[in-house]
Amino acid sequence: MESLDATNTIVQQEVGTKAHHISDPHQHKDAVGAKIGMWLFLFTELLLFGGLFLLYMAYRLQYTKDFVIGGQELNIILGTVNTIILLTSSLTMALSIAAIQRGKKDLSIIFLVSTILMGLAFLVIKYFEWTAKFSHGIAPNSPELLSKPNGEIVFYGMYFSMTGLHALHVLIGIVVLSFMLVFLLRNKITKEDYIKLENSGLYWHLVDLIWIFLFPLFYLIH
Amino acid sequence: MEKEHKEHFIPYGTYILVWLSLISLTVLTVTIAGIDFGRFSLFIALLIAAVKSTFVINYFMHIKFDDLIFKVFLLVALVTLASIFILTSTDIFFR
Amino acid sequence: MANGTLAATLENYLEYKSKKGIFAWILSTDHKRIGILYLVAMVTFFWVGVTLGFLMKLEMLTPGKTIVDAQTYNTFFTLHGVIMIFLFIIPGIPAVFGNFFLPIQIGARDVAFPRLNLLSWYLYIIGGLFAIISLFLQGGPIDTGWTFYVPYSIRTTTNVILPLLGAFILGFSSILTGLNFITTVHRLRAPGMTFFRMPLFVWALYATAWIQVVATPVVGITIVLVIIERLLHVGIFDPALGGDPLLFQHLFWIYSHPAVYIMILPAMGVVSEIIPTFAKRTIFGYKVIAFSSLAIALIGYFVWAHHMFTSGMSDTSRMVFSLLTFLVAVPSGVKVFNWVATLYKGSIELRAPLIYVMMFIFLFSIGGLTGLVLGSLATDIHVTDTYFVVAHFHYVMFGGTAVILFAALHYWFPKMFGKMYNEKLAIWATPLIFIGFNMLYFTMFILGYLGMPRRYWSYLPEYQTLHIISTVGSWILVAGLMLMFGNLIYSLFKGKPAEANPWGGVTLEWQVPSPPPVENFEEIPVVNHGPYDFSTINENKDGKS
Repeated sequence: MESLDATNTIVQQEVGTKAHHISDPHQHKDAVGAKIGMWLFLFTELLLFGGLFLLYMAYRLQYTKDFVIGGQELNIILGTVNTIILLTSSLTMALSIAAIQRGKKDLSIIFLVSTILMGLAFLVIKYFEWTAKFSHGIAPNSPELLSKPNGEIVFYGMYFSMTGLHALHVLIGIVVLSFMLVFLLRNKITKEDYIKLENSGLYWHLVDLIWIFLFPLFYLIH
Repeated sequence: MEKEHKEHFIPYGTYILVWLSLISLTVLTVTIAGIDFGRFSLFIALLIAAVKSTFVINYFMHIKFDDLIFKVFLLVALVTLASIFILTSTDIFFR
Repeated sequence: MANGTLAATLENYLEYKSKKGIFAWILSTDHKRIGILYLVAMVTFFWVGVTLGFLMKLEMLTPGKTIVDAQTYNTFFTLHGVIMIFLFIIPGIPAVFGNFFLPIQIGARDVAFPRLNLLSWYLYIIGGLFAIISLFLQGGPIDTGWTFYVPYSIRTTTNVILPLLGAFILGFSSILTGLNFITTVHRLRAPGMTFFRMPLFVWALYATAWIQVVATPVVGITIVLVIIERLLHVGIFDPALGGDPLLFQHLFWIYSHPAVYIMILPAMGVVSEIIPTFAKRTIFGYKVIAFSSLAIALIGYFVWAHHMFTSGMSDTSRMVFSLLTFLVAVPSGVKVFNWVATLYKGSIELRAPLIYVMMFIFLFSIGGLTGLVLGSLATDIHVTDTYFVVAHFHYVMFGGTAVILFAALHYWFPKMFGKMYNEKLAIWATPLIFIGFNMLYFTMFILGYLGMPRRYWSYLPEYQTLHIISTVGSWILVAGLMLMFGNLIYSLFKGKPAEANPWGGVTLEWQVPSPPPVENFEEIPVVNHGPYDFSTINENKDGKS
């Protein structure tokens, strides 16, 4: 090994330059590949929430009446407002990508900032919804909730877990989009190379998609 | 590789139309939530949600304009999800 | 193909130094180095698992206490399961050999996302550390069994959350590897490398990767919910608050049954590589084997509830899942027939890798056939939760996957390290492993059939003879394993240098030097024939030299 080292360094110098330009498979740009990777990741998210929806189906079947009672306790107005906010944020997200595709950086930034702001608004409303529930003594393992029938405990268990996990995804989305904003400002995302923004957009739309189902399943039960 | 991915720019107007449909469907689902369709209520609510997601997936997420491979992938994921639901139903609906 | 003299001047991946010392390894995004990193970690965890298994068998030598008390025994079998399943067998072949050989076999320089690949390894290590750290914290090691069944896992006072988090992180690692492989196969195949020119190992990894991506998240959410249940008592899995523990079992097995195929499919892929090489014959029924991998991945996804026949789920469900379970035996059977047909009239060279493959076919067939006993409702009720089940899954996982992991280790050892192992010692280890294995686990079939329940610390005296045979078997097995690993480690330092193609294989990894250069290929090869085309290769060789 030792004796080989000397020859190796020489070889290394010789191939050094060559190795560098071919060795960039590590950094090669492949927008389609990146998008395939992103979609596969989205499927994992889909299946993750899929597990929760499966539980929801089972428990709604088992505790139909309690779910109706629980659902009517939720604030339908706040739920609707949040749905509209999230749908609109999805629109601005798509528009932000459309703008950068056409090379309009400023417009893209405006749309992206609006998306982030709407994401934050969603979380603020969610915060008020949750704290309102807490102030009525409805929280996991609270004496008030434990005094209710099992079906309602499970309903709120599902409600807090599913909307909580969803809110966590919104939060992650906001963080990711903030990074994208920085990239946009620093011209790391451009008309020629905007796959990062496109992939973050896909993530944001997925979060929206999940809410599209959460909304009727929790707020619109009668 | 052989077939590089061709750029398809969706007009701003299309996005806004899609958004308008999504909002209308939201209003619709909230409005009819008050009406009692009996056992169909849940079905209708889910149907509307499914239509909304079709819009989001096809336009906002571009699936409609993407290469076939993305459509096939999405199908695989959705079929998987559906199978889990159907097979678990054989237990919970017949217990 | 790479020209011989020029290729020799390309630096091999083992000696390439971009950074100094250990950082050249743990910060490397080279898929081959990452494969070796996994190998080192995995072999370490494997020996921890073996030690625990060895101690368990020692404890079972006599009824009542032999070396440890009952609670320690509980933590032994839990950790043995968690380590062997989550840290050894599930990542096993894909993470080590998949990482190393998938890009080379399809003619690529690396995987699609090399940095993500390195992240997977870190997640794997962090997940493993979580499981290990939990042993030494207040509360004591987890005692739920590797299945984490509720409601016990939400009631026990041992450290459950940390190993669960570990399993969650390991799941993430597994997902990222799968996602990486799928994208690699779709985007980085060399020119001319069509899907039906890919080696069957790649096909198997591709099918596996899909299961990793679409099944793992389900256990992810299940684990998260158990943690939430323990911390916040939301009631989703707690029967006292209205939750349904059966739903936990559904969700758990929705992942954990397909996980069995995550374990076995890559092994089947390796078998499909080794058999043609040592029979010097193209594989029989290439397309059928390729599609059977996808079929196993697909059907394997639909059979999870056969783990729950006695759990109290509906009769409809039990019949549906029993039927589907029988279906999954079909593609596995197809593979076995094709392998045997490939060997038929081949010019067989009986080297260590092929001996392991033979061992695999024998042991895996026993494992598969006893699976049918467990898959049919009536017989399952008799043997469920007995040693019969333990024997069955050891035949499938150890006799199946781990034995093939050993085969792959011997088969690709010259390529990975550029050294030859000692063939004689390697062959000597196989009868020890085979005899030890069968003494250890076949007695468990009998014990289980006679009614010995799994996971029990003590037993009735009439079972003792069989337990003693089993324990002695475990000693022979461990001796065989030590001989095997000892030989490989010795060869790592003192082995003779290996040539580029010691076995006369025809897939792309044998066309590059041993060990492969950093860039794998000096020039990306152009592929114009199927993966096991021995005639073309021989002609080419004659033409060139």
